[in-house]
Amino acid sequence: MRDAVKMEVSEMDFYYGNHKALHGVNMKIRENFVTALIGPSGCGKSTFLRSLNRMNDLIPGARFEGRVQLDGEDVYASAMDVIQLRRRVGMIFQRSNPFPMSIYENVAYGVRVNALTRDRVKLDEIIERTLRAAALWDEVKDRLAKSAMGLSGGQQQRLCIARALAVEPEVLLMDEPASALDPISTAKIEELIYDLKQNYTIVIVTHNMQQAARVSDESGFFLNGRLVEFSETRKLFTAPKNRETEDYITGRFG
Amino acid sequence: MSEREHTSKQFEQQLRTLKDKLLLMGHHAEKMISDSIGALVERRPSLAEEVIKSDDALDQLELEIDNLCYQILALEQPVARDLRFIATALKIVRDIERIGDIAVNIAERAAELIQEPELKRLIDLPIMAESAQRILKESLDAFVNSDAELAEKVIRDDRFIDDCYEHIFRELLTYMMEDTKYISRALKVIFIAKHLERVGDHSSNIAEMVIFLVRGQDIRHGTRLDRG
Repeated sequence: MRDAVKMEVSEMDFYYGNHKALHGVNMKIRENFVTALIGPSGCGKSTFLRSLNRMNDLIPGARFEGRVQLDGEDVYASAMDVIQLRRRVGMIFQRSNPFPMSIYENVAYGVRVNALTRDRVKLDEIIERTLRAAALWDEVKDRLAKSAMGLSGGQQQRLCIARALAVEPEVLLMDEPASALDPISTAKIEELIYDLKQNYTIVIVTHNMQQAARVSDESGFFLNGRLVEFSETRKLFTAPKNRETEDYITGRFG
Repeated sequence: MSEREHTSKQFEQQLRTLKDKLLLMGHHAEKMISDSIGALVERRPSLAEEVIKSDDALDQLELEIDNLCYQILALEQPVARDLRFIATALKIVRDIERIGDIAVNIAERAAELIQEPELKRLIDLPIMAESAQRILKESLDAFVNSDAELAEKVIRDDRFIDDCYEHIFRELLTYMMEDTKYISRALKVIFIAKHLERVGDHSSNIAEMVIFLVRGQDIRHGTRLDRG
């Protein structure tokens, strides 16, 4: 079902020490949708993204209130296995961060850590399938044993996506995945996002509003820690309801 | 439009230039319609001639506005209200240009009519012309001031102009039935009435686009693409 809710956030407050970074955010993230989060720096969109798979847990003084559900399960429940959560909800960062090892080992790493398989043939299969899914296979199939550090920036980012896919996640969180890439690599990543949403649910933070408009089905606009507007991307970029959204996306800042 | 200014001054300037050109063009079309009717009512062939000549300026403005819109679309990639503004500009520029063509048609018929004796004293036609000019002006005012209520009024008032046309048509039909030598002149008056009726339709189109611009709501052809 295309309109099923994959993750649901209710009344989320987030504090860094005394600073309240998010105020009562509610959002439904739909399965097989690309959900884009936009807003100026410091608006809370990355904090929001990171709290979806509890990446903020380790920040000293950080405090979370509210509820995040993944398929109806409470993500912040004490019974939740965080390692398992992060396998199901993977993350792609702004700067590609391949490990200083071979292309093959980069993708195999998560599979090994999660003990998904020990069978070399099966592992080979996973590597090929995920590299194909990340639209990188044709470019690297002849040099899988070479260091990942020799890849271009765009290739490294797609390798990181392959690495995230290898552990068979359900949701992919992307924090500015194309901001450090040239237009061609950016276009490849965007096309990849379009392909990936057939099988995954994607949440993407981006400063590039045209990118949000191009790749996403639904968009949320954050301002000063509040989710100001959340709607179909098509509507948000043609006729937003909120004046603050309108001013921001049309470039009428401060 | 008590609107915040764009952070990019260049973009802001381009939007302002576009609006100014549209206003200039709208004003020009209004004057053409009023002069074309003036030529008929006051029986002044020179005025009709002026209207026909002045159409070039209107066409020139249409080209400039189109170009500016394409330039803004390509360079600024406008969204939301700005996007609706450009879409509105591209559409109403056609309507205004057509109104100019209509004024030329009216002026041509007027030039022919005033060479012949008056068929009858024109009473209803000036009333219709006045209404058409008024809603044209109001549709442009609605655009300038982003006034959706005024735009709604334009759409309502357009029906009165349609009624005027029906009325004039029927009246002139009786003249034509009475005496065949009236046919040529009566037909020309009917054409002019039909042209004025079209001015009402174009004004109504402009008004619909103003509602789209202000509310982000497409009301054409009875559709309501809701925003919720």
